[in-house]
Amino acid sequence: MPAALLTLTAIRKRYGSTEALKGADFSLARGEIHALLGENGAGKSTLMKIAFGLVQPDGGRILVDGAEVIIRNPLAARRLGIGMVHQHFTDIPVFTVAENIALAAGWPPSGRGLRDRVRRLAEEAGLPLDPDALAGELSAGLRQRLEVLKALAGHARILLLDEPTSVLPPSEADTFLGLVQRLRDRGVATVLITHKLQEALAVADRITVLRAGEVIQTGAAQSERPETLATAMLGTAPARPAPRIRAAVGEVVINARDLAIPGAAGGGTGIRNASFQVRAGEVVGLAAVEGNGQRELLRALAGLARPARGTIQVTGPVSFIPEDRTSEGQIGELSLTENLVLSQGRAAPWAQHGWLDWPAAGRRAGELLERFDIRAPGPDVAAERLSGGNQQRQIIANAMERRPRVLLAENPVRGLDLRATAEVYDRLRRAAAEGAAVLVHLPDLDDLLDVADRILVLAAGELIPMPEGAGRDLIGRTMLGTRGQAAAG
Amino acid sequence: MDLLETFLTAAVRVATPLLLAALGETIAERAGVINLGIEGAMLAGALGAALGATAGGPLLGVAAATAAGLCISLLFAVVAVRFRANQIITGTAVTLAAVGLTGAIYRDAYGAEGVGLSLPTLGILPVPGLSRIPVLGEALFAQSALTYAAYLLVACCWWLLYRTSWGLGLRAAGEAAEHARASGVAVARVRMIAVLIGGALAGLAGASLVLAQVGTFAEKMTAGRGFIAIAIVVLGGWHPVRVALAALFFGAAMALQFLFQSFLLGVPYQLFLMLPYLLTLLVLAGAWGRTRAPGDLGRS
Amino acid sequence: MPQDPQLRSHGHALRTPLLALGIGLAVLVLGLATAGYPPLPALAALWRGALGSPDAILSALLPRAIPLILIGLGIGLAFRAGAFNIGAEGQFYAGAIAATWVGLALGTWPRLVAVPTVLLAGFAAGLAWAAVPALLRVRFGVLEVISTLLLNFVAEALVSWMVLGPLQESKHTYPQSDPLPWAARLPQFPGSRLHLGLLVALCLALALWLFGRRTLAGFQLRAVGLSPAAARVMGGVRPERFFAAALLVSGAFAGLAGASEVSGTTFALFQNLSPGFGFTGIAVALLARLHPLGIVATGLLFAGLEAGAGAMQRDAGVPAVAVYVVEAVVILTIVLADPAARRAGAAATDPASR
Repeated sequence: MPAALLTLTAIRKRYGSTEALKGADFSLARGEIHALLGENGAGKSTLMKIAFGLVQPDGGRILVDGAEVIIRNPLAARRLGIGMVHQHFTDIPVFTVAENIALAAGWPPSGRGLRDRVRRLAEEAGLPLDPDALAGELSAGLRQRLEVLKALAGHARILLLDEPTSVLPPSEADTFLGLVQRLRDRGVATVLITHKLQEALAVADRITVLRAGEVIQTGAAQSERPETLATAMLGTAPARPAPRIRAAVGEVVINARDLAIPGAAGGGTGIRNASFQVRAGEVVGLAAVEGNGQRELLRALAGLARPARGTIQVTGPVSFIPEDRTSEGQIGELSLTENLVLSQGRAAPWAQHGWLDWPAAGRRAGELLERFDIRAPGPDVAAERLSGGNQQRQIIANAMERRPRVLLAENPVRGLDLRATAEVYDRLRRAAAEGAAVLVHLPDLDDLLDVADRILVLAAGELIPMPEGAGRDLIGRTMLGTRGQAAAG
Repeated sequence: MDLLETFLTAAVRVATPLLLAALGETIAERAGVINLGIEGAMLAGALGAALGATAGGPLLGVAAATAAGLCISLLFAVVAVRFRANQIITGTAVTLAAVGLTGAIYRDAYGAEGVGLSLPTLGILPVPGLSRIPVLGEALFAQSALTYAAYLLVACCWWLLYRTSWGLGLRAAGEAAEHARASGVAVARVRMIAVLIGGALAGLAGASLVLAQVGTFAEKMTAGRGFIAIAIVVLGGWHPVRVALAALFFGAAMALQFLFQSFLLGVPYQLFLMLPYLLTLLVLAGAWGRTRAPGDLGRS
Repeated sequence: MPQDPQLRSHGHALRTPLLALGIGLAVLVLGLATAGYPPLPALAALWRGALGSPDAILSALLPRAIPLILIGLGIGLAFRAGAFNIGAEGQFYAGAIAATWVGLALGTWPRLVAVPTVLLAGFAAGLAWAAVPALLRVRFGVLEVISTLLLNFVAEALVSWMVLGPLQESKHTYPQSDPLPWAARLPQFPGSRLHLGLLVALCLALALWLFGRRTLAGFQLRAVGLSPAAARVMGGVRPERFFAAALLVSGAFAGLAGASEVSGTTFALFQNLSPGFGFTGIAVALLARLHPLGIVATGLLFAGLEAGAGAMQRDAGVPAVAVYVVEAVVILTIVLADPAARRAGAAATDPASR
C-alpha cells in the first residue's frame, strides 16, 4: 500500500451527551479516492471537519505526511495542503468566481492578475469556469465546480468532499464524479464522503464504513459487494421497502391552470407555465433540480405566494411542510404545545373566539407525542431541544393535525438518517391512503420514484408531466432541460 | 464671494462630519454590523475635541476626538460583536451612555449649562491653485484640513474594501458570515476592527463638527447627525464613493436651511430644522430596493 | 401541565434584572467616586428624592412613573413583535401637541367628556406619528429603527414651532402654551401631583398582560417577533400586519403618555417636556423582559431613579444626566445576559423578512 498522506488515529468527539466519534481511525493514501461511507449521523462529516480544522477533536492524533500536526482552523489546514468542499455551497453569491476563489485562497482581489491566476488554476485542474461570472448565477454543477476550485486554490493535495453530489441532478453528478477521477490522475488524493453505496463503488479505490462514530471496516473497493457494505452501514440487513398500498384515487383537489409565478428574491427561476391536477389519494412527485421553481410552486399552492398569472383551485384544508425545519417549519424557542397552537391557528378547539385554552392545547400536544412517536420529555419542552428526526415528526404531526385534504411537502427528509427518512415516506403514503392528495418534492430522484405514484418534472420554470412508468433516465434528462446544457461543458 | 459660492462652501463644510461618520459606518455595515452607537461616538468625539482643544489646541482636540470615538465604539464592539448581543439595542444603549457621559463630563468641566464656550478652531487651508477654480474651487478646496482628510479617506475606504484581501474578507463577512468563516475569514475579529474604524471616524466627525464648523460644544449637539449618516450609507448603496456624493447632497440640504432662513422670513425656522430629517426619510423610501444591503447586516 | 411560557422560568426571571440594576448602580457609584463626588451624600440625596418622604413618592416618583410605564408597555409590545421602535420620544411629543391643542379648545366641555377626549387625541396622534415608519417599512422596506429615530428630531422641531407659534401662550413672551382649562385636566389625588393617569397605565398593563397570555393574537404576535418566516409559513399569519399593528399601538401608547403628561402633570406644552422618556422607556421594557406587569415595576424603579437624580443634582451637584449612563448599563447588561433578547435583532433588521 502507498504511504499515507493523511492519517487520523483514535479520533474522539462528543457533542453534549452524544458521542459523535468513538475513536475513529482513517487513512488516506497518495493518489487515491477514498470513500467514507455511512448513514446520516454516523460521524463522517465530523471526522472530516476535524481534518479541516473546523472542529477540534476531544482526543486522537492527526498526521500529515507522517508528521503529527494540530489543525486549529481551516487556514492551518490549507497550509498543510488540505482543501474541503462542504455539503452546502459556501460561496458568496454576490461575489464573482474570481473573488470567491481569491477569498478562499487569500489572494489579493484586484484586477487582471487575479483573473489570469484563476484561469490558470481552472485549466490546471481541468475545471474551466468564467472568472467574471457571479457565483449566485451559476448552475448547480458549475457552482460545485467553483467549490472544488476554491478548495484547490491553495495548492491542495488533499481534497475532502462532503456529499458533493447531493446538490446535483443525476447526470451532473456523474459528470462531477468523472472530474474527481481526473483530479486523482493529476495527483490529488480525495476523501469522498457519501451515503450512496453506488457512488462509492463506482469511483472509489478504497471504502471505509463508519457507523455510530466507529469505523466498521476498510477495504479495497473492488472486493466489496453492495449487500455487505449496506449491512456494515446499517448494522442489520437493510429493511425491505414497505409494500405499496395504492389508495383509490378520488376527486381533483388541486387544479392549476396556466400558472406563472415570479421567482423568489433570492434568485430562483420561478414558474413560467404550469397546468396540472392532483387527485385525492395519490402521491405526486415533483422532480426538479435545485432552483427550478419547485419552491415557488409549492408556496403558491400553499397560499404563501401569489401567482402572476393563471388560476389555482385547492380544496382545503392545506398543510405545507417546508424544507427548512428550523427557520420555517417551527420556532425552536417555543415549546411543542406552542408550536402546535401556532400551526393550527384559529380553527383549533382551544382557540375559541381568539381566546386560548392552554391546558387543552397541552393535552392535545401530549397525545400527539404518543401518536407520532415523538421522543421528547413532554409537550412543554422547547422544540429546539429535540433531535432532527423528532423535530420532523413533530412538524408532520402538526401538519396532519389539520386533517389536510392537500399535503405539500418540500424535501421533508433533509438531514434525516435512513430510518427517519423511511418513516417520513411512510407517513406521506399513509396520508394519501387516508384520502389526502400529496405533492412532494425530493432532491433525490431514486427516492422520489420510490415514494410517488407519478412524477411531474419542473425544468427552467416549465412543468412537464411524465407518463406513468417513466424511467429514471427519461426523467433525469427532462429535469436538466435547458439549464443542464449550460453546465455540461 | 457670491451667494452660490457661499452656499456651496457651507454645504461642503456641513457635509464633512456627515461624510466622515458615514464612511466609518460604511465599513462597519459592509462587515455586517449596523452601529447606531456612532451617534454616541460622534458626540463623544465632539466633547473630546472640545476638551482637547481647550487643553492643547485644535490638533490635540482632533486626537482626543478620535480616541473618544474609539472608546465608545469599543464598548459597542465588545457587547454586540464579541458577545453577539442585539446590534440595534446595543447601539441605542451606547448612544444613551454617551449622552449621559458627555453631559455629565461637560457640566463637570465647564460648569452649569448656558455658558457659551469659545474654542480654538482649525483654520481654513486653501489649496494653492485648486481653490481658484471658479464656483467649485472655493467650496471644495478652501476648507479645513479635516475636509481634505475626508476626501482622502474616501479613497482609502474604497481601496481597503475593493483592493485588499482584508477588504474582500470584510465584505464576505458582511454578506454571508458563515460562508466567510468556511473560507477562513476570522469574522468576529474583522467585524471588531471594522466597528473600531467606524468609531474612530465618527470621533473625527465630532471633531470636525466642533473644530471646523461650530466652534463650541453643547449637550446633544450632534442632534442625530450620526443617525443621518446611517441613512446616508443606505442612500449611497454601501459604496464609499456614492456615500460621499450622498453626504454632499445632505450637506447641501442642511446648508439650504441657512439660505432659506435668510430669504423666507415669514416661514417658521423650525420647518427648516425638520427639512434634513424629512428629506432623509423621503429619499430612503425611494432608495430602498434599488440598492442591496449586505446579506448578513444586523445578524449577530 | 402546559404553561404560559412567560411564567416558565420564574426563578431566573428576577435574577438578571437585579444583576443589571446592581451593575448599573455600581457603575454610578464608581463614576461619582472618580469624578470626585463623595458617593454617600449623593446616594442619600438619590434616596431622599425617590423614597425619602410620602411627598417624594406621591409627587415625584409616581407621577414620573406614569409616562414611563405607558411608553414601556408600548415599546415592550413592539419589541415583542420584532419592531424596533426607537421613536417613542417623538410619538410622545406628537401626543402632547395634539392633547394640548384639543385640551385648549375644550374648556367649556364637561370634564367627564373632555378628559377622555384629550387622552384620545394624544393616543391617536401617537398612532399617526408611528404610522409613518410602519408604512415606510411595510411599503418601502425602510428600517423602522432609522425612521423612528429621525422622526424624533422632526417632533422636537414641531414642538418648538408650536410653542413659539400656533400654541404659544396669549402674551407671546414665553415659549410655552397656555395652561389647559380645568375641564381638560386629569383629576389629581388631593394634596399631591399624582393623577389618574396611573390608573389608566395600570389598567392597560393588565390588558396587555391578558392579551399576551390568553389570546391567540397575542401569542401570534410573539411568534412573529421570534421568527417572521416560521410564523408565516407554519402559522399562516401575515407578519407585516402584526409588525405594523405593534408599531402603531406602541406609538399610540407613547402618544397617550404625552397626553397624560400634559393633562395630568404640566398642564402646558413646552420644549423639553420629555427628559428622554422615550429612551428610558426602552430600558424600562427591557429590564422587565418585555413583560407587561414587570414593566409596571421597572417603570416605578426608573421613575425613582430619575426623581432621585433630580434631588442628587440639587443637593449634591451631580449632573442628573448621569442617570442615562445607569440606564445604558442596565440595557447592556440585559442584552448580554438574556440570550433571547440577544437573538432578537436578526429578524428586525432583515428587509427580506417583512
